[in-house]
Amino acid sequence: MNVPSNLKYADTDEWILVEGKVATIGISDYAQSQLSDIVYVEFKVEVGENIKKNSACVTLESVKAAADVNSPLSGKVVGVNEDLPQSMEMINSDPYKAWMVKIELTSPTELDNLMNAASYQTYCTERSH
Amino acid sequence: MFIPHSRAEKETMLKAIGVNSLEDLFQDVPEPFRFPKLDLPPALTEMEAIAELQDISKANKTTHDMACFLGAGAYNHYIPAAVDSLLRRGEFYTAYTPYQPEISQGTLQAIFEYQSLIANLTGMEACNASHYDGATATAEAGILAYHYFRRKRSRIIVSPSVHPHYRQTLVTYLCGYQNLSILEAQSAENPIGEPRSLLSLLDADTALVIVQYPDFFGRIYDYTALIKAAHEFGALVAVVCNPLALGLLKAPGEYGADIVVGEGQSLGIPLSFGGPYLGLFATRKDLIRKVAGRLVGETVDAQGRRGYVLTLTAREQHIRREKATSNICTNQGLMALASAIYLSLVGKQGLRQVAELCYHKAHYASQKIAGIPGYKVYSEQSFFHEFVISCPTSIEEITSHLLDHGILGGYDLGNDYPALKNHMLIAVTEMNTCEEIDLLCDVLQEVSYD
Repeated sequence: MNVPSNLKYADTDEWILVEGKVATIGISDYAQSQLSDIVYVEFKVEVGENIKKNSACVTLESVKAAADVNSPLSGKVVGVNEDLPQSMEMINSDPYKAWMVKIELTSPTELDNLMNAASYQTYCTERSH
Repeated sequence: MFIPHSRAEKETMLKAIGVNSLEDLFQDVPEPFRFPKLDLPPALTEMEAIAELQDISKANKTTHDMACFLGAGAYNHYIPAAVDSLLRRGEFYTAYTPYQPEISQGTLQAIFEYQSLIANLTGMEACNASHYDGATATAEAGILAYHYFRRKRSRIIVSPSVHPHYRQTLVTYLCGYQNLSILEAQSAENPIGEPRSLLSLLDADTALVIVQYPDFFGRIYDYTALIKAAHEFGALVAVVCNPLALGLLKAPGEYGADIVVGEGQSLGIPLSFGGPYLGLFATRKDLIRKVAGRLVGETVDAQGRRGYVLTLTAREQHIRREKATSNICTNQGLMALASAIYLSLVGKQGLRQVAELCYHKAHYASQKIAGIPGYKVYSEQSFFHEFVISCPTSIEEITSHLLDHGILGGYDLGNDYPALKNHMLIAVTEMNTCEEIDLLCDVLQEVSYD
């Protein structure tokens, strides 16, 4: 399982790349392997919209299940990966390139609740038993 | 008898949750209701019980005993014998949601055929299988629109000529949705809703407009202009239809409807004191992920043979888990199957003939009633097989008089439309003979002279 060390992780299996005040969000390698082949991606937010921590921003549907991707952070949506619905196989093949939304943070202290790569790795290993 | 738990297991479970007895779990039910004394007569033998029940059932009057002119959403049509004998085959009758295509090809194919038939009839691209009835299918159109606009549009406009029960169900289904209001476009000047009265209500906050075709009063309107105007505001339009009328009328898909819903009872499903019925739901391809229930698709297996699978169940519990927003009863599939068998039996030409018979018989009746002093027929607008008459006295009095002559009279519109006191909605189908219609007119004339 691939867990890049430059990223932070939420307990709902999103990865977060923080660059200044902007956080980029996608789903982890563990999440994509649990979901299996993604067949549908739908954005539930638009650029310019303010969202609260833990609100759903994307719905993913795989051949096995449907799941929401939550933003573990509050802020303003500043980017949505419009190309993703046309290239959704990337979520399975390269989950850390398949970003979904970018958020300008309004409460940067929320970052403290996220896990680093090592803790997330442990968190995933524990659940696979 | 199947007893899932032994006494020892029950005690272990009670101990685990910290209560002493099973009765402790029912403490929230007030004492007098927990074990009420039932005032039951002494037990009967099977033979005695059957005799008593038969006596009771003789008090029922059905459409087999009477000439029926009552419609208002549920119609007395002929059902070919083959519908019931196919429906009751064990393979279909014990239907379960066909999650496993390898053991469910028959059921899946039947659902696929149903979807194809309804999509064809309504002029839409996709159809699910299926909802409880026309009312719940209409409410689901509201839910679809709400999610489609992701809560950014807050208004649903409903024509007053949509079935009153459907409007009530819509309000009930949507009462928990935030930032959503249902505008029932009813006014004193316009109690029965001309479509042009809806035009002025459209705005950029409108998510959905709901109209009926033919409407609750039987009238046939061309909704092309209304739909065009709604689309200019970016709103969706749902058309509630009577599928049987579509054998004769232009399909809603052809004049721009985004969603077509309706009551499928008229397609081979008996009146049965009110149910089970069938909710039709058809839409455009780009909206299918917002549709409740399930869609079956046709595909090929690894060896290239034709096969069917549950292709899309985007809102159901086995795919959405605790976030599911749809829960359609498994055996609604049986009602969908009944209508698929009916449509296959009558065929395109046969459905048109049934619709034409309804249309012509209703027009014969309306012309005869128009000639009776004291009655007025509302026929300025073209109608299908149902029409409104104003009567010289109360509908209660008229229907009781009709009942004495073995006639089930029309629907009392004063119940739902106070402005339409002493107005009756009369439905005529292929089942009504010329003699029945003439008798109806004779009795109406009698009442007028009393």
